[in-house]
Amino acid sequence: MAAINRDDVAHLARLAHIEMSDQELDRMAGELAVIVDSVKSVSQAAGDDVPATSHPIPLSNVFREDVVGHTFTAEQALSGAPDSDDNRFKVPAILDEA
Amino acid sequence: MDTEAILSFEEAMEKYDPVLGFEVHVELNTKTKMFSSAPNVFGDEPNTNVNEVDLGMPGVLPVVNKTAVESSIKIGLALNCKIAESCRFARKNYFYPDTPKNFQTSQYDEPIAYDGYLDIELSDGTVFRVEIERAHMEEDAGKLTHMGGATGRIHGADFSLVDYNRAGVPLVEIVTKPIEGAGSRAPELAKAYVAAVREIVKNLGVSDARMERGNVRCDANVSLRPHGRERFGIRSETKNVNSLRAVEHAVRYEIQRHAAVLDAGNPVVQETRHWHEDTRTTTSGRPKSDADDYRYFPEPDLVPVVASREWVEELRATLPEPPAARRKRLQADWGYSDLEFRDVVNAGVMDEIEETIAAGASASVARKWWMGEIVGRAKNADVDPGQLGVQPATIVELARMVEDGKINNKMATEVLDGVLAGEGTPADIVEKRGLAVVSDDGPLLEAIDAALAAQPGVADKIRGGKVQAVGAIVGGVMKATRGQADAARVRELILEKLGVTA
Repeated sequence: MAAINRDDVAHLARLAHIEMSDQELDRMAGELAVIVDSVKSVSQAAGDDVPATSHPIPLSNVFREDVVGHTFTAEQALSGAPDSDDNRFKVPAILDEA
Repeated sequence: MDTEAILSFEEAMEKYDPVLGFEVHVELNTKTKMFSSAPNVFGDEPNTNVNEVDLGMPGVLPVVNKTAVESSIKIGLALNCKIAESCRFARKNYFYPDTPKNFQTSQYDEPIAYDGYLDIELSDGTVFRVEIERAHMEEDAGKLTHMGGATGRIHGADFSLVDYNRAGVPLVEIVTKPIEGAGSRAPELAKAYVAAVREIVKNLGVSDARMERGNVRCDANVSLRPHGRERFGIRSETKNVNSLRAVEHAVRYEIQRHAAVLDAGNPVVQETRHWHEDTRTTTSGRPKSDADDYRYFPEPDLVPVVASREWVEELRATLPEPPAARRKRLQADWGYSDLEFRDVVNAGVMDEIEETIAAGASASVARKWWMGEIVGRAKNADVDPGQLGVQPATIVELARMVEDGKINNKMATEVLDGVLAGEGTPADIVEKRGLAVVSDDGPLLEAIDAALAAQPGVADKIRGGKVQAVGAIVGGVMKATRGQADAARVRELILEKLGVTA
């Protein structure tokens, strides 16, 4: 069983800006451990001769030539913004939140 | 804002040994962004150089800019790095409005370039090797402007305005290994290192390298340890020190501040510091904490970059001569002493001298004019020497006129002033100002007679064979002719008159 305790979940929740109740933290600690264990079973299928990979498709060097394409107007860019000012996105002052 | 205690730099150096580290971000000057085809242009109207990729809209996919990868490999090669056979991108997760995706696409465990070095020459010629840990590809963030509040700084701001034009601009982050052994030269080395990186990326043509525009930005890490101790002290990281002078000052200030903290028996806080150019001090940013848990993981939307050895060698073949090697070659070609050459470099006229020599001047003539005349005039005008607008051809023409005896050196400087004042070519000015050397022997002989009569003792000495005494008579003649005579001809005539052979 993977060791994922309540504090780990609380830490992740804080990093992800997700508010969780004590109850949810307790439940998620148990569930996440099961999930991690399930994923871990993949390592049983792969032998030592299979190198670790982050990309299952055998592709590399998918590039774009350095040629300018389309852009939005400022109006388009800001069309979904909750608030704006002077053609810029307006956001609450975010200071060191740690 | 609290003023923190600092120790004098000298005292700090007596007690402690500084260890440095730098992260230099270089903005590439590609036409488009790292992962989108939106233009990479500085200074445009806010939020006009963006598309759905830069704004992190749902479902969009990044595509890597090939030119940016090539530029990154070139930077790696110029920093004597190994280029990874294969590398990948990673997501660096954090919430901050400068990054609309809530992650920055960067590289983490597989940088494109690693294990390099750069030899840095200090002002006295000492060479200091800085080891490069890695250079990796990533994207720039948007630009936040903090509004309201009393100071205009982030502290006390009411809200912020965000322009995403810069979001997604290709960056290469160059990270050094810990730099030990710099001692009291640490501030100077810091400045010289950043200057060298800037010079290299500019020389490669991969960045505009304008620090005032943020094309090259430096985060400076400083820690102190007592002399003789191997273990590093706790470091601070001063962010966005954006001029060469500021790099030097920031490192010096942090050394002095750390020393005072340690001296008081306190631990240095591991934290981000903000540099303030106005007071030349740093203030506390945020301490390292949970917020730095970036949960990097491989970017699933981008496939690996494989740099075949053929491709790397192709790129290596396009590299221009490294700036340091070029300096070495030019000094040897020109035959300048170390001191002469260093003065030329420090005065910022190496390129100008090279052009002047290419236009036909000798190395000594080019140096004489640039260092002896133009640098001083530029200083008075408070501009860079190159900005005065002196053309290499002008210097070649002036030197030729002097050589041909048409004008003397004193007149030549006058002609230079005329050229700078926009009065025309050197030939025009010589004519307009009536500056030709007097070569008609008649008036010269009169002046020589007068000079000899005025200094009969000297005349006797010369007659007696002391030819070197002729200088005094030549001086008298030059004075009488207000410097318009050809000194060499005057000398000839005096010796002739006195019946002495030189």
